[in-house]
Amino acid sequence: MAFVALGQGSAGNSAAPTKASRVAFILLAPGMIYLGLFFLTPLVSLVITSLKTASFTGEIGMYDYGFQVSNYAYALEQYLPQITRSFVYALIATLMALLISYPIAYFIGVKARAKPILQAFLLTLVIAPFFISFLLRTFAWKQIFSNESPATQFLQSIGVLAPDQYVIGSSFAVIAGLTYNFIPFMTLPIYTSLERLDTRLVEAGADLYATPAQTFWKVTFPLSLPGVISGTLLTFIPISGDYVSASRDFLGGSDTAMIGNVVEANFFRIQDYPTASALSVMLMAAIVVLVSVYVRKSGTEELL
Amino acid sequence: MATEFVARGQDLELVGIHKEFPGFTAIENLDLKIPAGEFFALLGPSGCGKTTTLRIVAGLEEASRGKVLIGGKDVTASKPHERPVNTVFQSYALFPHMSIVENVAFGLRQRKVSDPLAKATEALQLVELEHLALRKPQQLSGGQQQRVALARALVNRPALLLLDEPLGALDLKLRRQMQVELKAIQMEVGLTFLHVTHDQEEAMDMADTVAVMNKGEIEQMGAPEALYDRPKTAFVARFLGQSNIFVGDVVEENDHSISISCNGQRIAAPKKRSEKHSGKVALGVRPEKATFHEQKPDLDSNHNLVGPGEIIDIRFTGVSNQYLIDVPGFGDITVFAQNVGKSPVVELGAQVWVSWKVEHAFGLSDLPLKADNDEA
Repeated sequence: MAFVALGQGSAGNSAAPTKASRVAFILLAPGMIYLGLFFLTPLVSLVITSLKTASFTGEIGMYDYGFQVSNYAYALEQYLPQITRSFVYALIATLMALLISYPIAYFIGVKARAKPILQAFLLTLVIAPFFISFLLRTFAWKQIFSNESPATQFLQSIGVLAPDQYVIGSSFAVIAGLTYNFIPFMTLPIYTSLERLDTRLVEAGADLYATPAQTFWKVTFPLSLPGVISGTLLTFIPISGDYVSASRDFLGGSDTAMIGNVVEANFFRIQDYPTASALSVMLMAAIVVLVSVYVRKSGTEELL
Repeated sequence: MATEFVARGQDLELVGIHKEFPGFTAIENLDLKIPAGEFFALLGPSGCGKTTTLRIVAGLEEASRGKVLIGGKDVTASKPHERPVNTVFQSYALFPHMSIVENVAFGLRQRKVSDPLAKATEALQLVELEHLALRKPQQLSGGQQQRVALARALVNRPALLLLDEPLGALDLKLRRQMQVELKAIQMEVGLTFLHVTHDQEEAMDMADTVAVMNKGEIEQMGAPEALYDRPKTAFVARFLGQSNIFVGDVVEENDHSISISCNGQRIAAPKKRSEKHSGKVALGVRPEKATFHEQKPDLDSNHNLVGPGEIIDIRFTGVSNQYLIDVPGFGDITVFAQNVGKSPVVELGAQVWVSWKVEHAFGLSDLPLKADNDEA
C-alpha cells in the first residue's frame, strides 16, 4: 500500500509531493530508520573492518583503517575447509529437513483437510519446539547423544559404533542437530503451499492416465514448489551461518567447525577482527549468489 | 487398457450401482445402459446423485455396490488412470503450471503416444484455440478454458467422454454457442458422451437420450421429445419444462380415456397416455398446449375445460406471453401464448376459461409433492 502510494506520488505528480506520498513517507519512516541504524550501519562497519590492517604498534586486537584486500585471500586460504564444510552441512541438513518435512506438510495440508481440529493440532505440534529456546533443545540433544546415554550405548552394543566411538563431536550429530532445529522452517511454508493445492487437479491427473506417483511428480510437487523454495531458503541460509550445533559446547567436535564457529573464534578469542569480518562478508556474498542462482534455476520467480 | 488407442466410442453399462456416504444414500440401485456413440444426458437437480454417478464411472469415487462396464469390460476395480475414460470437469481443472498445449498433451504423454505436441495442437485447432497454445490457463477467459478442458479430454479419443456440467460457469450466449459446438464435435468424432447437467434446455437440446434423475434414482429415460411429450412422474413433468397438474379420483374409464373429477369438473386424458387408471390420479398438460377464452366456449368431448378463473400475472418473454390464471379449486394454471398477433388481448384481472385437447393430456404414475411444486 505504502509503496504503491509512494510510486504514484513521485511518478504521477512531479511538481509538489501529494498528500498521499507524505502519508507514505511517514508510514515508511520507522522501517527505514530501523534498517538504516541496525542493518546498513553495521554492514558498512563490517566491510570497513574487513579491510583494516594490523595496528602500527603491533598490539593485539588493535587495527588501523586501511584497504587490505588480502584479508579476504588470507581468510579464504586459512579457513577453506570450514567454509566448504558449512555449505556441505547446510546442503545435507536442508535435504534431510525437506525429506522429513514434505510428508508431514502433505499430511497436514492435504490429507487432514477434512478434519480441521486434527489439522490445527498437528500444526501446533510442528511449531511446539518454538516454545522452548533452541539452545535448550540443542542441549537436550547433547544429553541424548552423550557418551553415557542409552542411545549411544545401544548403538555401540549393536555394532553401529565401535566401543570407543561416540556420537557427540561427529558430523552426524551436528547435521542431525541442524536438521532438527530447522524442520519447522521447512514444514510451514510447504504446508502453506499444499494447503492451497486444488485436489481436483490431482483427480484430473488420474483421469488423464497418470498413476498416483506420476501425478505427484507432474502436478502436486510442481504446484508446491513455491513452498519448497521458501522452505529450503529459510533452512539453508541460517544453517550456513549456524554456530550453535557445530560448537564444541553443543554437538560438535574438533573437526566439525563451520564458518560461524570460525567467525566467533576470530572475534572473541583471537581478536582478529578483519579476518572475522572478511569471513562474514564472504558468507553473505556466497549466500546471495547461491540463492539468486537457485531461485532463477528453479524458475519460480513468478510463483514466489 | 489405457494404452490402446480407442478410435470410436464404446458403450457404458452400470449394473445395480449403489453409493452410500456417511449419513445418506447418494445413489440407489442404479441400472443404466448407454449405447456406443450416443450423446447421453443425465439431468437432475443438485444433490440428485448425477455427479456422483459420473465420478463412479470415472473411477474417482468407489461404488458401495454394483458394477461398471465399459465396452463390455468390467472396470469396477480399475483405478481412474486405467480406465479408457476422460472427464471435462466442472471447474475445468487445468494444470496452472503448464501451458495450454502441455495441458492438452498431458494424457498423450502419459500413454506415450507418438508426437504428442502435434496431436495436441490438432485438438486445439478443433476448438479454435491453437493461437493460445503457449499461454497459461489463468491468462484465458472462462469460455476458452472450457474449450481447452474439452480438447484435453477429446485428444485422447476416450471410449467414453464424461462432461460434468462443463457449461455451468459460462454466460448464456457463450453456453448456447458451446452447446452447438459440443454437439458438432460429438457427431464428428463419434465418441460416447455422458453429460451431467441440471439445465433441462441444455439436456434436451444436445442429447440423444435424457435420463431424469431424482434422489439417487432415474425417474424416466428416453428421447427428449418423448420425455417432454409424455412425462410419467410429477417430478419429470415439472423438472423438464413446466406442467399444469390436476389431481382427482377416476370417475370414468372407457377404452380410450380416463376421466377424473376435480372440484366438480371432469378432466380427461387418453388411456394410452396414462400410467394409472384408477383411484386418485394426477393428470397434466403443458402450458403451451392450453389456450384461454374470454367467453365460456362451447367445446366437444375432445377438450377439457376449466374455469372461470382470473388472470393474476402476465409475463412477456419475447416469443411468447406467459399467463398465470387462478382458477378457484384448481390452483394456478400457466398458459403460454405465442406472440404471433392472434392470441386474445387480455389484461390482468380478466375472467377467462382454459381449455386443452384431451389428446395432449398425460396421466402420471404418482401424485405431486409439495416440494415438486416449489421446484416448478
